[in-house]
Amino acid sequence: MSDSQAVVPTAAHEEIHSPGLLHHFATEEQQRDASNLGMWIFLATEVMFFGGLFCAYLIYRHWYFGDFGAASKSINALLGGVNTAVLICSSLTVVLAIWAAQTARRGMMLAMLALTMLFGLMFLGVKGVEYKDKFDEHHVPGATFSFEKVPIPSHSDQYANPQHAQIFFALYFIMTGLHALHMVVGLGIFTWLFWMAWKGRFTPEYHTPLEIGGLYWHFVDIVWIYLFPLLYLIDRHP
Amino acid sequence: MATATIPAVEREDYLNKEYGIASWLLTTDHKRIALLYLISITFFFFIGGFFALLIRLELLTPAGDLVQADTYNKLFTQHGQVMVFFFLIPSIPAVLGNFLIPLMVGAKDLAFPRINLLSWYLYIIAGMMMVHCMLTGGVDTGWTFYTPFSTAFSNTKVIEAGLAIFVAGFSSILTGLNFVVTIHRMRAPGLTWSRLPLFVWAHYATSIIQILGTPVIAITLVLVVAERALHLGIFDPKLGGDPLLFQHLFWFYSHPAVYIMILPSMGVVTEIIPCFSRKRVFGYMFVALSSIAIAVFGFLVWAHHMFVAGISVYAALVFSILSYAVAVPSAVKVFNWTATLYKGSIHYSAPMLYAFGFVGLFTIGGLTGLFLSALGVDMHVHDTYFVIAHFHYIMVGGALMGYLGGMHFWWPKISGRLYPEAWARLAALIVFIGFNLTFFPQFILGYVGMPRRYYQYPPEYQVLNVLSTAGATVLAVGYLLPMIYFLWSMRYGKPAPDNPWRAAGLEWMVQSPPTTFNFPEQPVVTWEAYNYEEIDKGYKEEPQLVG
Amino acid sequence: MHDHAKSSPLKTYFTVWGALLVGTYLTYKAALIDLGPFNPVVALGIATTKALLVALFFMHLKNASERLLKLVVASTSFFLMILLFLTLTDYMSRPWTITS
Repeated sequence: MSDSQAVVPTAAHEEIHSPGLLHHFATEEQQRDASNLGMWIFLATEVMFFGGLFCAYLIYRHWYFGDFGAASKSINALLGGVNTAVLICSSLTVVLAIWAAQTARRGMMLAMLALTMLFGLMFLGVKGVEYKDKFDEHHVPGATFSFEKVPIPSHSDQYANPQHAQIFFALYFIMTGLHALHMVVGLGIFTWLFWMAWKGRFTPEYHTPLEIGGLYWHFVDIVWIYLFPLLYLIDRHP
Repeated sequence: MATATIPAVEREDYLNKEYGIASWLLTTDHKRIALLYLISITFFFFIGGFFALLIRLELLTPAGDLVQADTYNKLFTQHGQVMVFFFLIPSIPAVLGNFLIPLMVGAKDLAFPRINLLSWYLYIIAGMMMVHCMLTGGVDTGWTFYTPFSTAFSNTKVIEAGLAIFVAGFSSILTGLNFVVTIHRMRAPGLTWSRLPLFVWAHYATSIIQILGTPVIAITLVLVVAERALHLGIFDPKLGGDPLLFQHLFWFYSHPAVYIMILPSMGVVTEIIPCFSRKRVFGYMFVALSSIAIAVFGFLVWAHHMFVAGISVYAALVFSILSYAVAVPSAVKVFNWTATLYKGSIHYSAPMLYAFGFVGLFTIGGLTGLFLSALGVDMHVHDTYFVIAHFHYIMVGGALMGYLGGMHFWWPKISGRLYPEAWARLAALIVFIGFNLTFFPQFILGYVGMPRRYYQYPPEYQVLNVLSTAGATVLAVGYLLPMIYFLWSMRYGKPAPDNPWRAAGLEWMVQSPPTTFNFPEQPVVTWEAYNYEEIDKGYKEEPQLVG
Repeated sequence: MHDHAKSSPLKTYFTVWGALLVGTYLTYKAALIDLGPFNPVVALGIATTKALLVALFFMHLKNASERLLKLVVASTSFFLMILLFLTLTDYMSRPWTITS
């Protein structure tokens, strides 16, 4: 494999290293490549983590399509679409922040990081509104759940089975809730990145934490890119 | 190349560099972390072994007279959970892998030393949660947590146990992540993939499974906890859910998990056999790629645990055929080990005895796995002691013997001391005899119909059960002996030379025990792996076993 | 190895951003049309395109100096597909469901 050439001999001790170089790495490039690979592998674990939920979703959507359609129709697709756009914008601001670091534009870097967090907070705010709507409509699974006499979209003479709808909502809350939890962690990471950027830790030569934090953020965006059509748009056509 | 010289003064090494509890609990040295794991997993081995002993005591008599039925359920559940998640899965990777992989690739440490330490702390937190769970009531669902019993009917601490395993899973994931990045990014110059020790290849394959499989059981446990706490209905048929969905998600990880447990052991054996045959490994590339093949194929076969659970016949056919396929790369390894031994200069050291035991017992275990893959046979022996014997042959006769062999083989490197060879060979023999006496009768018991997880049985099964329990006692002695003499050797054992076995590999080219940063200067590798002919040319006399 | 497209990555970023927003709009609109069994196909197709755009351009996968990262992504996707589709072989070939 080609990366056998990626390993380089130990740098001489007299060389000046950036303060970020850890002792067990020979060069900054090796450290950056290792961090990058490490984050991609972590994202692979996250894909499989969410994957189990997608599997459960797939099975029950296959079995209870009508009931899922009815339940899906009751969540606000416009808000879901807005949130999708918000996250897409936040991914843009992330890459712009990294570009700013690469081109030594400190002000732009800080602004883009702040915007990213703002978009993240907007996303969570909209999610909060959605959750409250569901709470008010008694669509939260558990003792207070109620989904009586809701017609199935393509067969409006039939009503959705409340138990099957409850499975939809269980998956909805777990999947979006887990996603929101990852957003919160992402906000924490970006707060830390903003602080590091503020302190001047990032240079065109060294901004690896920005890059790997960015990878995490983009992943959270990608999960939502799939959640939106699968949860909000199951059976929306008349 | 170091010979049998014994150092006259105490050199600095990773053990004596710093003293004090903080220097251990806050270490980022992969070697110290490996020892932290060694102590922790041994602790859990005692707990799991204790439950096993209680199980075997109960099964001495046909009547359920030692413990109550509910208690017995907790015994086998906790035996399984502790042994699988807190002993077998970490064992070789977290102890031997952590210690050896940076040395074997010529690096100063793993790619992410602090994440390595975090990995151990997650394991400890998970372990404390599990111990607390066991002390405050335990779990009785079987280690497999099948729904809807675990989610709706069990009155035991399912949530706590599930969360403990969730945390332990992250420990496993981080270890795997660390190994993959280390192996890709931190190999010494000249150390191409085809010169890597096969122990490293085996851990690479294991890490792939840890990375891709463990998250699925993590999310499954989240769903179980959520369902139990909130009465959701994802797995509850009364609410429209499918219990089989739980089993699909559970086994998607738990089958590859058994390959997490066996692959590292295969890596150990692949290091021991060439050393004590003084020959290079036959078919290096086949052995390397078969590890990867086992990891990949291992993900394709999970529903063979569900043949009688209610999946469709067509799905069962698919998984049955795939299960036959997964045996092929394992068989490839057995052939290669045998071919390596052929015409070799065999030395019957303790590690080699464990390696021999591994090859034979793993073969039996593996072949019985093929019996189980046949749908017709599985209908008959599923949920009987046949299955128990099958997986214990692999897990205990295979994985655990590989672990013990590896501990003996690298003990001089890890501790700087030699263990007493005569006692070690005796212990290996006791383990082998005790193991077969414990588990071979269980094949017969299963075949004639004794179900698993039952605390009472018809009297005609008693003789075989008594044999099994007798074997378990012998086995326990066999396991206690190494613990005693390893501890003894740390104080009274002869100081070890750098390379007592004249083995190949970068880890044998540094002092025993190694310094904190492993290599005084970056090694550059220009030789092939297992270059035993070249090594032996450098010596005038035959290698003598040391100790 | 740094970005090869250092000369005008901004153009790429904004183009991808635009494409993602257009894709989102298209997903929403397509859901309102009855395409029969192709509704989920279209929805997932657009979603996968968007995901690929994010991965290749925002996550710099396209410019990765070696194939390793692409191998990580490909193998993860492969095993995710195994989870989904091998499980489905059971559910699609079962003539029964849970009756509640």
